[in-house]
Amino acid sequence: MYDIGKYQEATTVEEALRYLHDDPGSRIIAGGTDILINVREGKDMGVHLVGIQRINPLRKIIVNREGTLSIGPLVTFTELEENELINKYVSYLGQAGGTMGGPQLRNIATIGGNICNGATSADSASMLFCLNARLHLRTKESERTIPIQDFYLGPGKVDLKSGEMLTEILIDRIDYQGFAGKYTKFSQRKALDIATIGCSLMLKIRKNIIEDLRLAYGVAAPTPVRCCNAEQYAVGKMVTLEVAKTIGMKALEDVSPRDSWRGSKAYREQLIQELAQRAVMELLDQGGKKDA
Amino acid sequence: MLRKITMTINGEKRTLEVDDRESLLEVLRERFSLFSVKQGCSVGECGACAVLIDGLSINSCIYLAVWADGREIRTVEGFEQDGKLSVMQQAFVDEGAVQCGFCIPGFLISATELMEKKRSFSREEVRRALSGHLCRCTGYQKIVEATEKGLK
Amino acid sequence: MEFRIVGENVPRKDAVAKVTGKARYTRDMGMPNMLYGKVLRSSITHGRIKSMDIHKAESLKGVVKVLTPFNTKCHNFPTAGHPYNLDPNHQDIADRNVLTDWVRFYGDEIAAVIAEDEFSAKKALKMIDVVYEELPFYLDPEEALKEGATEIHEGSKNVVGHNRFTLGDIDIEEAFDQADFVYEEVLEVKPVQHCQMENQVAYAYVEGNGRLVVVTSTQIPHIVRRILSSALNMPVGNIRVIKPIIGGGFGNKQDLVLEPLVAMMTLAVNGRPVLLDMEREECITSTRTRHGARFYMKTGLRKDGRIIAKQLKVYGNGGAYAAHGHAVIGKMGGDFYRLYPAEKAVEYESYTAYTNCSVAGAMRAYGTPQITFAFEAHMDNIALEMDIDPLVLREKNMVQKGFVDQLTGVPILTCGLPEIISKGKEYIDWDKKRKQYSAQTGDKRRGVGFALFGYRTSTYPVCLEIGGARIVMNQDGSVQLQMGATEIGQGAATVFSQMAAETIGIPYEMVHFEEFTDTDVVPFDPGAYASRQCYVSGKAVRKAATEVREKILKRASGMLKIQQFALDVQDGNIIRADNGEVLCHVGKIALDAFYNRTDADTITADVTEVSDTNCIAFGGCVAEVEVDIPTGRVEIMKVLNIHDSGKIINPVLAEGQVHGGMSMGLGYALSEVMLYNEKTGAPRNNNLLDYKLPTLMDTPRLDVLFVGENDPTAPYGNKALGEPPAVPSAPAIRNAILHATGVKVNKLPMNPQTLFEYFCAAGLI
Repeated sequence: MYDIGKYQEATTVEEALRYLHDDPGSRIIAGGTDILINVREGKDMGVHLVGIQRINPLRKIIVNREGTLSIGPLVTFTELEENELINKYVSYLGQAGGTMGGPQLRNIATIGGNICNGATSADSASMLFCLNARLHLRTKESERTIPIQDFYLGPGKVDLKSGEMLTEILIDRIDYQGFAGKYTKFSQRKALDIATIGCSLMLKIRKNIIEDLRLAYGVAAPTPVRCCNAEQYAVGKMVTLEVAKTIGMKALEDVSPRDSWRGSKAYREQLIQELAQRAVMELLDQGGKKDA
Repeated sequence: MLRKITMTINGEKRTLEVDDRESLLEVLRERFSLFSVKQGCSVGECGACAVLIDGLSINSCIYLAVWADGREIRTVEGFEQDGKLSVMQQAFVDEGAVQCGFCIPGFLISATELMEKKRSFSREEVRRALSGHLCRCTGYQKIVEATEKGLK
Repeated sequence: MEFRIVGENVPRKDAVAKVTGKARYTRDMGMPNMLYGKVLRSSITHGRIKSMDIHKAESLKGVVKVLTPFNTKCHNFPTAGHPYNLDPNHQDIADRNVLTDWVRFYGDEIAAVIAEDEFSAKKALKMIDVVYEELPFYLDPEEALKEGATEIHEGSKNVVGHNRFTLGDIDIEEAFDQADFVYEEVLEVKPVQHCQMENQVAYAYVEGNGRLVVVTSTQIPHIVRRILSSALNMPVGNIRVIKPIIGGGFGNKQDLVLEPLVAMMTLAVNGRPVLLDMEREECITSTRTRHGARFYMKTGLRKDGRIIAKQLKVYGNGGAYAAHGHAVIGKMGGDFYRLYPAEKAVEYESYTAYTNCSVAGAMRAYGTPQITFAFEAHMDNIALEMDIDPLVLREKNMVQKGFVDQLTGVPILTCGLPEIISKGKEYIDWDKKRKQYSAQTGDKRRGVGFALFGYRTSTYPVCLEIGGARIVMNQDGSVQLQMGATEIGQGAATVFSQMAAETIGIPYEMVHFEEFTDTDVVPFDPGAYASRQCYVSGKAVRKAATEVREKILKRASGMLKIQQFALDVQDGNIIRADNGEVLCHVGKIALDAFYNRTDADTITADVTEVSDTNCIAFGGCVAEVEVDIPTGRVEIMKVLNIHDSGKIINPVLAEGQVHGGMSMGLGYALSEVMLYNEKTGAPRNNNLLDYKLPTLMDTPRLDVLFVGENDPTAPYGNKALGEPPAVPSAPAIRNAILHATGVKVNKLPMNPQTLFEYFCAAGLI
């Protein structure tokens, strides 16, 4: 039995927001794969929870007329990976989500939970950074839309205000059209593991020249991090192994990995360079371009 | 808080009161004696507690029982039909996939989830679909072979 | 020997029960009115408890009792699943009590709560206030053994055990002087954990007649009973131990880690049933581990590659309590000496040290995986330095049929090593690939590696080896086979049934084996360890089955009026020995034995067999790897284990054993390690996310081959198989990495971080 102080279950967004408003200390539980583990470990003993699993509108993936993708926060990783729209427009986001945990976890863990958990290792997060994803957040009284970069404040810390809940993840057409992408999860095990380094790369190439490149990492800093120096360097370059290597090296200027028992700083830096370089060459091999 | 829920367990509709704080694993084991649902790690890492919830393989140790309200739950206890093992159960027996057996119900749940998709799978797909279960006895080899046989 | 049922792939006795959820493991049983126990574990690594306040916990609703070191005492007890030794000087070290006020590792048992439900028990643990006085702690055996180190057990100087032996006609230094080539190095392995899928769990109660019953997930019910008797000062006959179906052991359940405590708990609540169910974190930290060890190795060879002198000094990390004492590290000496006997001199010296790590004990192959990693790595390093093919070096030195072990007197009557090498070479295309991969550049490099081992079947002559079997024939001619040897998932119930069926002459299906081992029912047998059961307990089965068969034939002879020597039992029928004519079914004989008004005498046999022989199982692993140098990741391209385990009783089950051992070996090689915080001594990774057990995606196709001949000392030609598969993979992979990169990785695990550091040091990155 979990040491949960109070549990309320909402069937609509409004109901959930009301619960959150009326009990400001309460927290949202979606798939539960992080929160329940924390409760068991004694981190959130007596926590008040608002269950949102049954709010079906939050499970949708749609694309509007402008081509903006809207992903409901309750979309599970399995759904993300199998979704037609995701596969059509941002298959690499589905692929990134598909590296999370194992199948049973992906059947229930949600993309919204992955983001709101605030972990730098979240497998969907660095790709959402590349995609310039925007998060729509609501309270009972207000709503706002912010870039995902602004949402992450520090390790395990996100800009989720009291009474606030994530209701939509938005990706504009300009941020995916014409890009190829790849998420490389480097972890000790090939399943059921957290990333030592997660590397998200998006690449747009025309006639072998890099038109746009987006690079972000998980576990390379206290939060997921975009690599502006590497990206600026890359634009306009002809793709060669040398350029790919330099992109990897430049990435080091944007990250701040640390020593931990899970991996040393030096090793993580090695992976940061190597994974970027490999991803660039691999996407180049795939044509570096995908029609959208 | 106690909450009244109704779920279908292995084909039978059950209505009962559960505590908000209870996991589905606890309810299935303690109220329904479905002992195939094993507790191996309590954190969703080992997969021994997996059950089918509306056809999806999910770890019941980190699933609140109240979430099961209105859903269809299946465990390996419900796989036999007319006293005959399911195709997948039989394949696990025939291929020698079973050793200590503690992880086996969980593997059967994920293998059955796959089987019910009614299409063919590459070996890599089968391996990935089963990769949320840990086993210390078999090196997974005969489990994968049995699953492939069951899928045929 | 020709067999009809032994050697066949009969279906596992318990497979159907296990795929339908009908198999009952300890946690699936329990009793009405059962209480729940939970253990308070220390949150420091070494120190004394100055005070403990349990008042708040005691007053929590649902809490029945709180046990502490101050209100609970039993006799100090040893925990190892060893046979009892009548000589007090050779008994296991009794350094445990159920709860301790002297904390010796992070996670040590310092108090326990008994409550009406698990939730209250857990909650109460958090309400116990403990004040500690901390002491310095040691995570490294050599640190713990240093002069002036704080003692972890009073008067021990932190030495659990020490042994030393020398063999040969001349002094070791003299032998090194005669060598053309001397190679010396240090190698190291770290502690790892069994991670059997079922954690330790037990419940206990007192029956109306005052007898204590302990139901526990153990490999060794009879040993549990004997140790409980001495710990609780209770006559052994007053204790009943029951082992249900168990979810794996691998040695972790060849030790008493919760039975004395759960017994104390029920005794503290007037015999009411109490359940003690360990969580995964507790199981990883506070049960047993495989010993870490550091090896100082020196070998002298002649120009032609013959080893003339070998010297090894080992420091083993025993952890916080003695458990199996010095037996694991001590045993390495035999393995070290035996596989490649040196011509002139051998010197072995070893220490097991108390440290403040989790307690080390038995884990699949009992020291052999560690020493085999060290020595097989050492052999390839020597081969590289001497520019000899590593297999040629092995062939020049390896033990042969006819060898007599000077330490034990045990002769080697069967030895499959030459075939293991030839089959392994063929599988991997050795000669071609050794050349092909010899001068690679680039990020991804391939290599092939080989490792060999020998493994002693059972513990004879170090320990007494005794097995028991009882066979009771039913009215229909089927039999109940009852044994103290245990089914722990390895398939013992199935293979013993095959043996009994073989020898009696009835079909496999007519042998019934109850997997619940109940010390009130089954004959004495110490249990599942040392890959001993098929060999030692198998002898008891053969003896009992032979007796039953004789009784059947004798009665049949009387009934059929045919002389006994002219009859035989086959497929459950009495037949004429000369022409195979079926005369009647054994059921007819059995029925007569039960109900004949003048001559009833049911057909049973109840035997004990002492095993005073031994044999060595051999094996090897050959692997091809691809090393990704910039990331330090190793992919296994191909891997084969080859085993000479004599007669294989059930090939499908045997393959399963080998697969599991290989998987464990791959984890040992590439990912598994128990990590501790250097500053606090707290475990880092005591859960299944951070302890890197290989997942399915990490496990390549595992190939298996059996070679060899029937061993004449064995009951059915069989040699050890349970543990050996876990031995050779790690050194084979290590040697393949050496071949691929030229980098001598002298420690385990070879995880990406570690290989990155090695490759940086070698200038490859």
